[in-house]
Amino acid sequence: MGVWVIFRSEASRGYTLSAPATAYVGFLVAAPLLILIAYSFWTQTYVTLDKTPTLKNYSDAFADPLVRHLMLRSIWIAGAVTAVTVALAYPIAYFIAMKARKKTIWLLLITIPFWSSYLLRVFAWKLILGFNGVMNSALLMLGLIDEPLDFLLYNEFAVVLTLAHAWAPFAILPIYVSLQKIDPSLLEAATDLGNSPFQRFMRVTLPLTIPGIIAACLIIFIPTVGDYVTPALVGGSDGKMIANLIQVQFGAANNWPLGATLSLIAMLSVGFVAIVFVITATRLGRRIR
Amino acid sequence: MRRPSTLTAYAFLYLVFLYLPVLFLPLFSFNSGTIVAFPIKGWTLDWYRKLGEQDTLIQALWNSLGVGTVVALLSTAMGLFAARAFVRYRFRGQRAAEGLVMLPLVIPGIIVASSMLVLFLFIGLKPSLLTVVLGHTFLALPFSVSILKSAFDDFDASLEEASYDLGVGVFDTFRRVTLPVVSPGIVASLLVTFTVSFDEFVLAFFLSGNQPTLPVYIWSQIRFPAKLPNVLALGSILLLSSVLLLVLAEYFRRRSSASGVQ
Repeated sequence: MGVWVIFRSEASRGYTLSAPATAYVGFLVAAPLLILIAYSFWTQTYVTLDKTPTLKNYSDAFADPLVRHLMLRSIWIAGAVTAVTVALAYPIAYFIAMKARKKTIWLLLITIPFWSSYLLRVFAWKLILGFNGVMNSALLMLGLIDEPLDFLLYNEFAVVLTLAHAWAPFAILPIYVSLQKIDPSLLEAATDLGNSPFQRFMRVTLPLTIPGIIAACLIIFIPTVGDYVTPALVGGSDGKMIANLIQVQFGAANNWPLGATLSLIAMLSVGFVAIVFVITATRLGRRIR
Repeated sequence: MRRPSTLTAYAFLYLVFLYLPVLFLPLFSFNSGTIVAFPIKGWTLDWYRKLGEQDTLIQALWNSLGVGTVVALLSTAMGLFAARAFVRYRFRGQRAAEGLVMLPLVIPGIIVASSMLVLFLFIGLKPSLLTVVLGHTFLALPFSVSILKSAFDDFDASLEEASYDLGVGVFDTFRRVTLPVVSPGIVASLLVTFTVSFDEFVLAFFLSGNQPTLPVYIWSQIRFPAKLPNVLALGSILLLSSVLLLVLAEYFRRRSSASGVQ
């Protein structure tokens, strides 16, 4: 038992026990990032890697209108997905937190579809929105339309709809948690002071849930910018995003240094937008209050 | 009282929006026609019967089951220690450590996938099931840590102290006092992390080399319209098994909370 003497203090026990997990995650975040940065300064012709440091990949990436276009579109689509998902989810979170009798059942019902394979859920939307797909055939059969609608699949709309569906629980849960935390006496006070239910919502409930809304937005926005499956399956050529271009560099185009550069640019852009968003949203939240 | 009723109606509509798309997969997997559209031609179980005849599919299934099992064990073991450290002990940098472990949840998939591919090839690991295991363990860790943290949250620390006071050693106390109480949490974590790995596509797509997991196999089939009914049947089985595993996990998670109260 002598070995255990070193583990006596609380702190050292904490460090020892959490070390495997933090070291593992830390290593797999830091090491790939460092190598990615190194690669972004190298160049590759066919299979030979030239390790002379150069900024060529960055100047190529910034000069390429396709890169700029896809990056901006990824951020725009991710922003639209975030806004739509949060707007659709807020009333549900509100319903579960404030009105529903069986909260745990509702929370379970909301999370179950999320646990099914993401790939299959996106695939399901491809089948639904297709030209000869489920939606068009159903509408034709019901006689609501005379010919199939061709604007459903392979565009930005399809990407936003599919992702708003995929991310639903990620928006509902953080908002639900922040609604749960609201002290009921605050709501009573607002009513006693003569606020209508709408005023009460705008002045008390909404400002108090801003942290939940910010969390929901970040959890959705960040992964969406780098989403690969949805644009590839339902985006068509009008809905392609930056992840699709990155995948091409690591696959068919076989230009890893450029792929690494694009990954880094994507990461920095996401980080920048996220920080600007958090600062603006926090300020806005204070002003409402 | 009109406001609650519109809200309730909206809630039910939202549930339809959540569930309907997913339910089309099983519905059309029984369709005897090969086109996924209404009206349904007739009902058949043929597509399910044909699944068993495909060797590459069976191989991909074994790959996924193997990867999922190892990932579940690795991430739950690491998560168990970390969760205990985060709940029981206070130490400097604890919040940073907890944040770090949650990081895999918010990094875009394509960046995790591409950077890991570059790392593994850099240190001489060829893409294979091993690299998929390493990547999936990274992704599954936040899930196991958060599940096990709530299991330890509900655990009364005085039980352990009583055991120490009675002269029981560190290992025996962990085995005989701590483990039985948090074991439902451990089972829940094993089930959830297995499912995370079993359903994951992008990382496996980059890291699996020529040993496809089931989602990678499905991806390769999606492009061929003739293979569609197969994908539907396979997809429906996967949906059902994921949901069953997670309902089971939820049951164990609840039990872990309940036993902590006693």
